[in-house]
Amino acid sequence: MKKKVLYSLRSPYREQLDVIGFRFGHGKKSAAIVGAMRGNEVQQMYVCSRMVQELKKLEAKGLITEDHEIMVIPCINYYSMNIGKRFWAMDNTDINRMFPGYWQGETTQRIADGVFSKIQGYEYGIQLASFYQQGNFLPHVKMMDTGFASPELMKDFGLQFGIIRKPRPYDTTTLNYNWQVWETKAFSVYANATDVIDENAADEAVYAILRFLDKQGIISANTPPGYITKLIAESKTKQLRSEAAGVFKSRIEIGKRVERGDILGTISDPFDGETVSEIRSTVSGTVYFEYFAPLINSNTVCFKIIK
Amino acid sequence: MIETIATAALAVNENLNIQKRRIENGRSKKRLSLVTGTHGDELEGQYLAYIVGSYLDEHIDCLDGIVDIYPALNPMGIDSITRGVPMFDLDMNRVFPGSKDGTMIEMLCSMIVDDISGSDVCVDVHSSNIFLKEIPQIRMSVPTAPALLPYAKMMNVDFIWIHDAATVLESTLAHTLNTRGTKTLVVEMGVGMRITKEYCKQLFGGIFNLLKELGMWSGETTPVREPIVSEGREVGFVNSDAAGIFVPCVSFGETVEKGDHIGDVVDPLSSKTVEKVDAVCDGMIFTLREYPVVYGGSLLARILQPASGGAEK
Repeated sequence: MKKKVLYSLRSPYREQLDVIGFRFGHGKKSAAIVGAMRGNEVQQMYVCSRMVQELKKLEAKGLITEDHEIMVIPCINYYSMNIGKRFWAMDNTDINRMFPGYWQGETTQRIADGVFSKIQGYEYGIQLASFYQQGNFLPHVKMMDTGFASPELMKDFGLQFGIIRKPRPYDTTTLNYNWQVWETKAFSVYANATDVIDENAADEAVYAILRFLDKQGIISANTPPGYITKLIAESKTKQLRSEAAGVFKSRIEIGKRVERGDILGTISDPFDGETVSEIRSTVSGTVYFEYFAPLINSNTVCFKIIK
Repeated sequence: MIETIATAALAVNENLNIQKRRIENGRSKKRLSLVTGTHGDELEGQYLAYIVGSYLDEHIDCLDGIVDIYPALNPMGIDSITRGVPMFDLDMNRVFPGSKDGTMIEMLCSMIVDDISGSDVCVDVHSSNIFLKEIPQIRMSVPTAPALLPYAKMMNVDFIWIHDAATVLESTLAHTLNTRGTKTLVVEMGVGMRITKEYCKQLFGGIFNLLKELGMWSGETTPVREPIVSEGREVGFVNSDAAGIFVPCVSFGETVEKGDHIGDVVDPLSSKTVEKVDAVCDGMIFTLREYPVVYGGSLLARILQPASGGAEK
């Protein structure tokens, strides 16, 4: 393993920002794994740190295949993590909306460019992704449908679901999208939590990434058996939104199968406690996202169901 | 008449309401929409909305048509000094056109678009951010320029910047409305979190001139200035390479020549100048950094090059 500073940025008032990468094996650029780009992505950083541990062990045993190199970047934006902000501490811009970056551009464009130049050219790119809303996801893998790589590859992660997303205009400046433009087969792995550590989901994400690398012949790893992944277009999943606002209580766990008409959660008046809304499933399927916060506004996505 | 054009219930005993004021007179159904407050830290449009509305009230007989004023598309952002939508840290101007069946913000954006669509012209007023000061200008993409440029020239701005289309900007209110046939002009002027009365009054003159050109206003107007149009010109970007405090030594709007000293980045701890900042090209400084703390990459100035060599004095 080689620990390298991939990109540095000086601050007027803080220690220099050093984006650290851990390189395993050598030879062909096979896989790059990127963790936290936002200050609240603690779970994403944690999964990467666990990957560093696993790959260290595999490397020591000679189980990284000859002529394959793997890069792990646990955290790009620890400046924001250290002060409890989500986006770039100075100007609140999102590094994951700045790719492919520009070396003469603004600060976060330069960070994106500095990092992207080091993770370009890998055959596979895996980003530990998060969702902008508070909530828990069933661990799953997602890829943008740019036509570059086959969604079938998602099955090699052995997660329960692989979701295919049609890119929207605002996706065109994300790492995942630009990886694909520069011919890296890119995937987003969702490891349930964001600003807390969920050990079980982290285990599942680590095994999924190891499983994927093993299937591509990059490493030799023994992992618990995975699922037969069901591939589904994001547009075919069902989002249930709150029809009222107030105190939210979920009545279901992610991963559970529900039938049409089942009550998945309730919303009560924050002052008098009266139930103001019952959230019922409009389809039968598996819950793969649940909102997780005590208070909820109206029209908030509170459950996502794979039919 | 004040109307709530979009509403959503918040968790505890409150609704998020997006409101507009409709001012109408006469027989004409022509409609101008004045929209602002998409970014909660941009306040120039607040004063503009006030002076346009109050002048119309005082001279309502001169109006023939409808003026809709939307002062705060992101009321929670303005109220909490937050650029994006506070609950989600989302840039509202990357969520359009929204969706009726989408999340709260997507639904609100969709309702906003539906309400403004059909206006003869929409003026969407922004004011840079807290970091940069801008001369009054209108920005448009190359594909929209043929339809928008004649209207932009009526607006009494100093500069019209026609820029390349970017896919990410397809999520803006202006792109959505222009795509739907509502001519929408994006104004940038001043600086975030402040009101520059001089600029608001300048744009005020432009709005009444536009109303007159649309046949909606028979009252007094003042002559408008001829804007510089960026066609055939390049824009030079001056970014900091060092971290520290930027201290400019030129004035906003000043004309410079390539290599002119325009400021320094200094380090308050070591008392050293860490970067001497020079103009990257000849031209007029139409953007200048207002917020002094900089990182490598922070934008310090934009310079509009003259049309054919040499600085315009």
